Amino acid sequence: MRVFNEIAVVTTICIKSIPQRFWASLSTVVAVGLVVTVLLAFLAMAAGFQQTLRGTGTKDMAILMRAGSQAELNSGVTRDQARLIEEAPGVMKDADGKPLVSPELYVIVDGVKKTAVPADGNLKKAPRSNLTLRGLGPVGIAVRPGLKIVEGRAFNPGTNELMVGRALQKDFAGLNVGDTVKLGNSDWLVVGAFELGGSVFESELWADTPEVQDLFHRQNVFQSIRARLTGPDALKALSDYATNDPQLKLDVTTEAEYYAQQASRTSDLIQKLGWPLAIAMAFGALAGALNTMYSSVAARAQEIATLRCIGFSGTSSFIGTLLESLVLALVGGIVGTLITWVAVDGLTGSTLAGSTFSQVVFTFHLTPAVALQGIIMALIVGLVGGVFPAWRAARVPIAEAYGSP
Amino acid sequence: MTGQTLIHLQDVSKRFVKGRDTITIFDHLGLTIPAGDFVAVMGPSGSGKTTLLNLLGGIDQPTGGSITFDGGRVDTLTEGQLARWRAHNVGFIFQFYNLMPTLTAARNVELPLLLTSFGRAERKRRVEAALSLVGLAERANHYPREMSGGQQQRVAIARALISDPKLLLCDEPTGDLDRTTADEILSMLRLLNQEMGKTIVMVTHDPEAAKYARRTLHLDKGRFTERELVA
Ligand SMILES: Nc1ncnc2c1ncn2[C@@H]1O[C@H](COP(=O)(O)OP(=O)(O)OP(=O)(O)O)[C@@H](O)[C@H]1O
Ligand SMILES: [Mg+2]
Repeated sequence: MRVFNEIAVVTTICIKSIPQRFWASLSTVVAVGLVVTVLLAFLAMAAGFQQTLRGTGTKDMAILMRAGSQAELNSGVTRDQARLIEEAPGVMKDADGKPLVSPELYVIVDGVKKTAVPADGNLKKAPRSNLTLRGLGPVGIAVRPGLKIVEGRAFNPGTNELMVGRALQKDFAGLNVGDTVKLGNSDWLVVGAFELGGSVFESELWADTPEVQDLFHRQNVFQSIRARLTGPDALKALSDYATNDPQLKLDVTTEAEYYAQQASRTSDLIQKLGWPLAIAMAFGALAGALNTMYSSVAARAQEIATLRCIGFSGTSSFIGTLLESLVLALVGGIVGTLITWVAVDGLTGSTLAGSTFSQVVFTFHLTPAVALQGIIMALIVGLVGGVFPAWRAARVPIAEAYGSP
Repeated sequence: MTGQTLIHLQDVSKRFVKGRDTITIFDHLGLTIPAGDFVAVMGPSGSGKTTLLNLLGGIDQPTGGSITFDGGRVDTLTEGQLARWRAHNVGFIFQFYNLMPTLTAARNVELPLLLTSFGRAERKRRVEAALSLVGLAERANHYPREMSGGQQQRVAIARALISDPKLLLCDEPTGDLDRTTADEILSMLRLLNQEMGKTIVMVTHDPEAAKYARRTLHLDKGRFTERELVA
């Protein structure tokens, strides 16, 4: 209790004296705030990206790709392999007894981000970004029960018609229903827009399989097979079946697992960019914090010495000074978090997704876990920036109590 | 009025090592201060007056010799023990008052009590009593910058008294005050000595101030030359 009183009053004295070093203290707060803002912007991006990709996969959907291919883009499967999967165990069938197996094409086309449209509106001159075009048939829609057509209609088989993911439509130019899009040498008509649970599919263009095969001269070849599973054990059955058949050299995994892996690759990359940058900046903030706190200790030397005369311990000066530093850093951390929250939370971004190199549209997401990392970063700056000055405070010679203030 | 020995210095030496040089301030210094004494210490600048106060107040340790206070050795205590010893036995009064500018008068006076086991209500009661004693009861919630030098020094006296120490150490307590205010403060110190039996050691350059003490010690080249005060 006594120790607590002692520390409480020294801390009060330290913190109340902050306004006497207003500008130095403010610059520390701002520096820490900037570090936290930069860090959180990256982490919120990683979190948002991860959320989009994690939200994409379901556990009851298997994805089959050529063994070792890692990503849809690198994979290739044949129509014969797809037929074999239709007969595989663990695959769900629809009301008419048709297996819910969807062989799909996955190709890269290009489009123009709305932010990249030139002033004269001429899309031909604009820099282009990679987009995913997925070729699938009616069964491809049937295997995805969460699909909602929010505008227009689905494409008609056998036509050059496109459905556009909602997120992609918002972020890219010329993808409104009724717009004509040039892919390769042919014109395609946008006939509908869809939502699919905020997943990565909302960043794709969808069209009928044969038309896409024609466009890319890829008859009888697909990139992946989607198969709905009957239950929790079905993956094992399907996977055993696929490995035992020499014609089926396929990797089998759940869609959830596949997208989680894709997500962690890219969000790792984002974090690997964000952390070093934030840490480099943190050293700058740390120098500022040290400077502020050393001047705080120098300014309070006589007060500290007087307290020591009275009988206060060096420990209370140490803790009081450390807490002053932590308070400054915490304020900086909170300011940085608020700035990030106001400025980027909910902001839409798009980035190259991992190994597929096509654009995925996602939303920055400042989760509590992300915010906590920012606050911890701020507190580390406060701790390191406070501990050395606090040590000096604890060692102020008591004789400093004499002499003019 | 003075009684048993409160402080006894025997063969005290004090040296400072500065680089290659060793400065000897005291060598085999002896001093006895009875309880209830009021001693003025005078002497030229650099003669070691503040160093002496530091030794008496347990702020600094002698290089050799022994210091006893109330029968117990002080020079053998550790730093932490000394801090506790100071809190119980010594009140300090400085030339520049040394109040915490961010705390009110009452909170300044309360500081030494935070090191005791008194509860909040008891602390408040004692702070009020101490402030009344120095005539500043109505200034309890004022900040140091809102008070004159004399008033600030009275707050400092209240702070020095609050934990009821036997010994008050004052380094030039009136050095920064005008004559009239200085006399008020000195009268107050004399009152504390006479009525409350506080033992006071006061360093001063001012012969007028020294007249308030029971005796004056002159410190020169590490030696005392005592002169009884002629009334
Ligand atoms: N910590 C220290 N390290 C080295 N030398 C010191 C230290 N403290 C005091 N001294 C020296 O000891 C001598 C006596 O100093 P002290 O402060 O006791 O003098 P003083 O009598 O109080 O002088 P003044 O009247 O100017 O206050 C001085 O020469 C001073 O330089
Ligand atoms: Mg001095």
